[in-house]
Order: sequence, then structure tokens, then C-alpha cells
Amino acid sequence: MNWFRFASPASFYPLAGRMAPWFGGAAAVFAAAGLYIGLVAAPTDATQGEAYRIIFVHVAAAWMSMFIYLVLAFWCAVSLMFNARLAAMMAQALAPTGALFTALALVTGALWGKPTWGTYWAWDARMTSELILLFLYFGYMALRQAIDEPRRADRASAVLALVGAINVPIIHFSVKWWNTLHQGASVSLTSAPTMAAVMLTGMLLMALAAWFYSIAITLTRVRAIILERERHAGWVGEAALAARGTR
Amino acid sequence: MTAAQAAPRPLPAPGAWRGVAWAVRRDLRLALRSKAELGVQLLFYVIVVALVPLGVGPDAVLLRALGPGVLWVAALLASLLALPRLFAMDFADGTLEQMTLSPYPLPALISGKIAAHWLATGLPLVAASPLLGLQFGLGGDELVVLALGLLLGTPTLSLIGAVGAALTLGLRNGALLALLVLPLYVPVLIFGAGAVDAVRTGLSAGAELSLLGAGFLAALVGAPLAAAAAARIAID
Repeated sequence: MNWFRFASPASFYPLAGRMAPWFGGAAAVFAAAGLYIGLVAAPTDATQGEAYRIIFVHVAAAWMSMFIYLVLAFWCAVSLMFNARLAAMMAQALAPTGALFTALALVTGALWGKPTWGTYWAWDARMTSELILLFLYFGYMALRQAIDEPRRADRASAVLALVGAINVPIIHFSVKWWNTLHQGASVSLTSAPTMAAVMLTGMLLMALAAWFYSIAITLTRVRAIILERERHAGWVGEAALAARGTR
Repeated sequence: MTAAQAAPRPLPAPGAWRGVAWAVRRDLRLALRSKAELGVQLLFYVIVVALVPLGVGPDAVLLRALGPGVLWVAALLASLLALPRLFAMDFADGTLEQMTLSPYPLPALISGKIAAHWLATGLPLVAASPLLGLQFGLGGDELVVLALGLLLGTPTLSLIGAVGAALTLGLRNGALLALLVLPLYVPVLIFGAGAVDAVRTGLSAGAELSLLGAGFLAALVGAPLAAAAAARIAID
């Protein structure tokens, strides 16, 4: 089987259409199980009360926010190296989901911080890094939007994403450094007591749910992008006719 | 065998350094012909810094604590303000396209342009900073470290900013450049302001200054390549 066949948008389009529902279904199953464990089965935390339960969403969102940027940078590198259109489309499709999870991590972190730390926002190293990551996502998407010509948008945003990916560890390190020098009254998450196994299970299930959701939504979005950008290709018209025939 | 029949001798391959030197000379000459523009950029820096005491009040202790951060943030903004002129004119009149066709390596020409840009817009900020630091009540050692940090940090800002300036060439959205570049400036800001803070609290600024120097060297190697790639993308 020649996997490179699927590097062409025309052959990837139906494949993505077949895969997306499976990943979406898996995401729903994992989310249902994770939410049940997180909201019902897991015991109330001794020190944080019920408020801690938001971490089941927060941790998964924070993991995904960083992981998706790496995947995005990977597809950008592929698109620059092999001049592959589909790779650029994948990067384009990933960016909104990455920004969504980054924003979700920030919001849930703030909601968790109010009852636990007594403040919505502390200039904690992780929160600050996450905020800058959100700006990086916004910059990537804004640059894409500003360029009308799709191929130039692909390549310019790919250069930006790679420069950003090189900078992410440097930014994270510098923010951590800055934070330790200006240590305020903030509570450290790392000193939290070891977690009960049931909580860990819930968190891992939610992380899997977020992961599969990201794959499903990215495949769905990349299909829309393929249709939009390949609308002048013959196969798109045939696919549209076939879709109309099935209704 | 006549001279006309002899194969033309190939021109010596132009070296990268000659490309750098040529671009530095050309861009410096161009920059110095519009001194008023350079003056405005420096005044922007001075004014932003002067606005802060008006906003937070003239409390000397507070201003001394805020000083390093304010001076650095203002330097970031002033550097950002100057970025569009790095490539925009050469892009508009086709010079940049000719540069991509020239036998000199494009990253060398762009390195030269960045160097000239920093000499014209970054160096004045460095020179003015001790004076502005005095207004915030910074003492002798702090002023030295402030200027030293800016001397190491502002070239890094110009180098990173060049990538953003090349990526946004010809785009109508002017604020986009700020969104692209400012998040990447964060480490320079942290270590630059941190160096002055370290001296202020009686510590050594060696670590911060070393990291600023390391960042400068890394940007010096990587940024011209990325900016050249971005310029080629903009021209295609």
C-alpha cells in the first residue's frame, strides 16, 4: 500500500470523511467515561473541595494546547520541505483547535484559581507561558488571514510557526526564570499531594477524549479547507454531484 | 587565437562578507539621509518612557522599581515602530527582488540590512537609555547594566523583528506585525529587565547578560536565514 497516495487532497478527502466519525465517536465515549469518573466517581478533595473537579477539563486542555502547536509546527515543516499542500492544509486546520484548547486552559485555570488561590489571575509561570502561546496561535491565524494568495499564506505562516516552535521552549524557560525571581504569594501546583488513582484515571480519559476530539474536528475542518481551495478541480464537482445524489 | 575568441573569464564569486558590507553601507547611507525619521523614532522612545510617571505618579521608590521594565518595554515598542522601514521601501520599488537575483547570498544582504537598521534605530536607544534611567532614579551600576543589556538585546530585537517584517511585506494589516513579533520578544524583555533588577537587588547580572548574549548569537545565525526565506515567499 502506498501511503503517499493520501498526500493528495483528492484522495485524502474521502479518507478523512470516513475516519472523522470514528474519532468523534471515540472522543464521545472517552469524554462520557472521563466525566462520569471526574464528576461522580472521584471523591471530593480534602483541601480543595469540589472546585478541584475542573482539572479534569483543565489538564486535558493544557496538554492539548501545547501538543497541537508541536503537531502544527511538524506539518508546517513537512509543507515547507516537500512543498506539500495537504500538510499546509492540516496545519491550517489544526490552528483553531489549538487556540481553543489554549483559551480553555486559561479560562478553566482562572476559574480554578479563584476558589483555590483566591484570585482569577496570578502571573504564574505556566499561566503566562500559556497566554503567550495563545498569542502565538493568534499570530499564526492572523498572518494566514491577511494573505490572500493561499500558497503564499501556506509558506509564510509555516515560517512563522517554525520560528515560534523554536521560541516556545525559550519563552517557557525565560518565563519560569522570571517567575522564580519574582516569587509572590502564589501557591505552587507542583507541591500538591499525590493524586488518587481514580482522579488520574479520569484525567487520562479526558486527555484521550480531547485528543480524539482534536483529530476528528481537524479532519472535518481539513475537508472543508480542501473543498474551498480545490474548488476549481474537477473531482470536487464530481464529489458534490455524488453527495447530492445520495440525498 | 585572438582575445575575442578566448572564453570570458568568470567573475570571482562574490563573498558573503562583501554582500554584508555592501548592504550595511547602502542602508546606512539611506537611513542617514532621513535623519528626521530617525529622530522621531528616538523621540517616541523618550515620550513613552516619560508617560509612565505621568500615569503612575512621581513616587521615587515606585519609579525606581518600575524603571528597568518601563525602559525595556519602551525599547521593544520603539524597535517595533521602526521595523516596517527595514524592507518596505525596497519591496515597493523592486530593490528587494533584485537582491534575490543578485549573486550575493540573500541572507548576507539581509544581515547587512539588519545591521544597518540596528545602527540607525537601535544604537540611539542604547545611547539614550542611561539618561532616561537617571530620570527613574537608577544608580551607576544599574545604568551600566541597563545600557549593556540593551546593547546585547536590541540587535536581537532587530533580528527577530526582521523575520516578522519580511513575513508581512505588502500586507495591508499594519498591526499584524506587532502580533507576530511581540510574543517572540518576551525572552529578551525578561532577561534585559531582569539584569537591571538583579543589580538593583544586589545580585550579579552575569547570568542574564550571558543569556542575552546567547540569544543574540542564536538569532544572528538563524534570523537572517528565516528572514531571507520569508522575503523570497513575499516576492514570489
